[in-house]
Amino acid sequence: VYQRSNDRPGPRLALRSAVLGGIAVALFAVLFFRLWDLQVLSGPQYLAEAKNNRTREYKTIAPRGDILDRDGNVLVDNRTSLALQLNTQKLPEDPAEQKAELAQLGNLAQMSLRKVRRTIKEGEEVAAGAPVTLRKDVGYDLVYYLEENQRRFPGVAVQRVFVRDYPNGSRAAHVVGSVGEVSEEELKEAPYKGLEPGDEVGKGGVEYTYDRYLRGQPGLTKIQVNALGQPTPGGQLVSQPPSPGDNLKLTIDPEVQAAGESALASRGLPGAFVTMNVHNGQLLGLGSFPTYDPTVFTEPKTQAEVNALYRDPVTAPLTDRATESYYPTGSTFKLVTALAALEGGVITPSTSIFDAGKITVGTQPFQNAGGASYGPLTLVPALEVSSDVFFYELGWKMWDSGQLQRWAAKLGIGKESGLDLPGETEGLVPSRSWRNQLYKEGETDRPWSAGDNIQLATGQGDLQTNPLQLAIAYAALGNDGTIVTPHVGMEVEDAAGRVLKEFDPKPRRRIHIDPAHRMAIMEGLHQAAQGPQGTSYGIFGGFPIEVAGKTGTAQRPPHADQSWYAVLAPYPDPRIVTIVTMEEGGFGAESAAPAALQILEAYFEKHASSVSASGTGLAE
Amino acid sequence: MMYATRGRQARAEPFAIRTGIGERLGLAHMDWPLSLATVALAAFSVFTLSQATLNDVPGSPHYYVDRQALYGVLGLIGMLLATRIDYSRFRELRVGIYTFLCASVALVFVFGFAARGSRRAFEFPFFSFQPSELGKLLLVLALAGFVIDGARRGSARQRTVRYLCLGLAPAALVFLQPDLGTSMVFAVATLAVMYFGGVPWTHFAVIGAALVALIALVLVAAPAVGVPVLKGYQEQRLTSFLHPSEHASGAGYQQNQSVVAIGSGEKTGRGDRATQTRLDFVPERHTDFIFAVIGERYGFMGAAFVLSLYALLFWRALRIVTLSKNSYGTLVAGGIAVSLLFQVFVNVGMNLGIMPITGIPLPLMSYGGSSVIATFLAIGVLQSINIQARLSQKGRFAW
Repeated sequence: VYQRSNDRPGPRLALRSAVLGGIAVALFAVLFFRLWDLQVLSGPQYLAEAKNNRTREYKTIAPRGDILDRDGNVLVDNRTSLALQLNTQKLPEDPAEQKAELAQLGNLAQMSLRKVRRTIKEGEEVAAGAPVTLRKDVGYDLVYYLEENQRRFPGVAVQRVFVRDYPNGSRAAHVVGSVGEVSEEELKEAPYKGLEPGDEVGKGGVEYTYDRYLRGQPGLTKIQVNALGQPTPGGQLVSQPPSPGDNLKLTIDPEVQAAGESALASRGLPGAFVTMNVHNGQLLGLGSFPTYDPTVFTEPKTQAEVNALYRDPVTAPLTDRATESYYPTGSTFKLVTALAALEGGVITPSTSIFDAGKITVGTQPFQNAGGASYGPLTLVPALEVSSDVFFYELGWKMWDSGQLQRWAAKLGIGKESGLDLPGETEGLVPSRSWRNQLYKEGETDRPWSAGDNIQLATGQGDLQTNPLQLAIAYAALGNDGTIVTPHVGMEVEDAAGRVLKEFDPKPRRRIHIDPAHRMAIMEGLHQAAQGPQGTSYGIFGGFPIEVAGKTGTAQRPPHADQSWYAVLAPYPDPRIVTIVTMEEGGFGAESAAPAALQILEAYFEKHASSVSASGTGLAE
Repeated sequence: MMYATRGRQARAEPFAIRTGIGERLGLAHMDWPLSLATVALAAFSVFTLSQATLNDVPGSPHYYVDRQALYGVLGLIGMLLATRIDYSRFRELRVGIYTFLCASVALVFVFGFAARGSRRAFEFPFFSFQPSELGKLLLVLALAGFVIDGARRGSARQRTVRYLCLGLAPAALVFLQPDLGTSMVFAVATLAVMYFGGVPWTHFAVIGAALVALIALVLVAAPAVGVPVLKGYQEQRLTSFLHPSEHASGAGYQQNQSVVAIGSGEKTGRGDRATQTRLDFVPERHTDFIFAVIGERYGFMGAAFVLSLYALLFWRALRIVTLSKNSYGTLVAGGIAVSLLFQVFVNVGMNLGIMPITGIPLPLMSYGGSSVIATFLAIGVLQSINIQARLSQKGRFAW
């Protein structure tokens, strides 16, 4: 051995001690640097991780706001419903036992084991550890059964959730729309920022358009948990109660809406109606038939029910025929033709055109409906009797000028209206460039011809529009040239009824209409509705309020003729416009006009006093 | 004579305590920084446990604190007693000590009580005793004796093989308990005694190469041919620190949580707002992962303070290695110093996520009577070596 007692350490010991000391210095240096790295350099990052580690968030769903009509009646509100929820952490650990419980639970909830498993998996992906909703709207009998047999169903709980409720059934179904779970695509869009899969958002109608007002702010409970995910005593960190969504008041007038819907339903034909305030574009009524019961979206649907809703192209109940349709309008379009001809200087109100019952352009004859001939006509009687030949002549005269198309566009035909409902169609006003383009592409057998414009002049042929666009055009005549922005949203109110926001969208534009021209057309329409020779005199002749209305009979081969009616009331200073159309409803006066009458009756019954007060008075 | 004595004392030992009870207890010649570091670490352990384990045992809020404090007091008394024993006596008792060591570790297999699948301790009415903890000290005491004793017998190579066999026999027993961590401490202590016993560098090089081969065999080759040496959890713990994210919820979970805990302590600690170590995210917070508790609660300041105490402790121990009046003392001090350094580095490294999980407690800090008392006794032996050295070479300057 290298060291003797009572001696200094030998050189070998000194070396070995020094080496060990060096190793020790290195080891401690490693520890110190690692400690410095963790705590000083990366400390904030680890602190955030630690904070995230120990909290679990639970969301409390906020009820959506109610949707009210203009009188404050509830169209849509919420009911509380019982949802079957499962806390997966409390499920039996033994796979066989777990399977047995899930299968039994599936039986009770009328779900297959596979569906139960899939639902759980989806829920876990959304929020691991949070309870999974297996099924909404379970019955009380099931709840009682589960409570009595709690021990057999560990982890199962019943939770109150909010479900959309429709006290008036399908009333204004196309306007209010529906709600549903936010989709993956929507989650990426700005309006849905902050939402999570499984959250409910508006999917159609005003539920969609005004979603941000209707949607509430979910409540948040943050609790502190330990490593096992169990809440720790006194560990509630944040509790933010849910704040319900605001209520939305619509411009819909309950009486008008009810009258329109029942008028459509009583004939049983697919169709639509629009009633709008001509001055500000507020939609007092908007409906489509056949309609549907919005509660179908709050309940699980069978495939057959889904097919009936989505797949049937004939009834297509989900389609709003007032705004999402493509129709020719028949003679109701003569308003546009008349305006274009007058303003374009093609005729004056006193220009007389001889109606011989038909005109022939090239080799093609165009006849009056029913083979009638009216002799010499100026604009007013031409409108009154709805002489086609008169308007054929106008269409012919303007066939090459684009005048008719320009005025159709000015009046909003074939244009999106800016309506606050999703899905409105643009439509089509056939024009020279449109058809020539098609012809060049080989899509059609001939270029633009006078015949096309002659057809358009009477609202036939390739014209595609919808009742809403027609309402806007008629309103422009009624209000002296304002193209209003139609809307159903009126104001947002909080739960106490305080108005938070009013919707009064600016008119799209103003167009100039010569007062004499307007007078002439208005009078023509008035005579058409209430003059003895008028096409709808049979319907409106006895109506105590003076109106200006026009029938339309659109040819839609292979279908039977489509019935149209457009009416401004009261005459001569209209406040509302109503458009009604019914597929295969025959002549305008046959089905659409009586329906329009029903709507006006409802409106003026409600507003009788104001009509008298305004001095418009009752007719005759 | 009297005059001469006084004069010499006055010159060479200006700070010597007057002869009296202190002199008789040997306190005057104790290494005070070493004692200070030891007591400070034990006290900090009790303090940490008092804050971190409150109400851990239902109905007994101070369960761990009271016991750790008791172990600390018992350890302190044991340390003071050990300082009074001339450590050279252990050299004479080496065979008895070695026999007791092997027997006690072996008897655990028969009478030991099993905790989590491993038999490590005897269960007595009021306490349990883990022989392998005391065994770390006993192995050093016995092996150093054997080294001194056989220093002139056989060739250098024979001697090396002999030491290795003597040291690795108890290590193997502990490994079979199974207690991988402690068996590694045994092996390291053996190597340390051999190191200071003058085993040639070349032999260490061979041992190192063999070790690398063995690790390769155990971790790679043996499982490949279907003869697993380590239990699955042992292997995972040993290797998961190399790629923690892969095992974030498995074997690496504890370590990951420990790293997050320490990191979240930042500079000054989170105190009672600590969550990682308070809400069970870090397991074994009173034993193997107590350093994570310190790191989270007291931050860099607290953790660095504890590390500094260990550095101080090791410095003083190494100093005693060089001061020892005889070779036996050098070997014993070296064995103790290195095994302490090894345990501190492996445990703290494990807490910091840079060393595998081996279940080695942090000396003096981790809760546990056997470990705390055995460490105090080991420090007592170091003090004894220091006292003997000072008594035999009064007046000599020491670095």
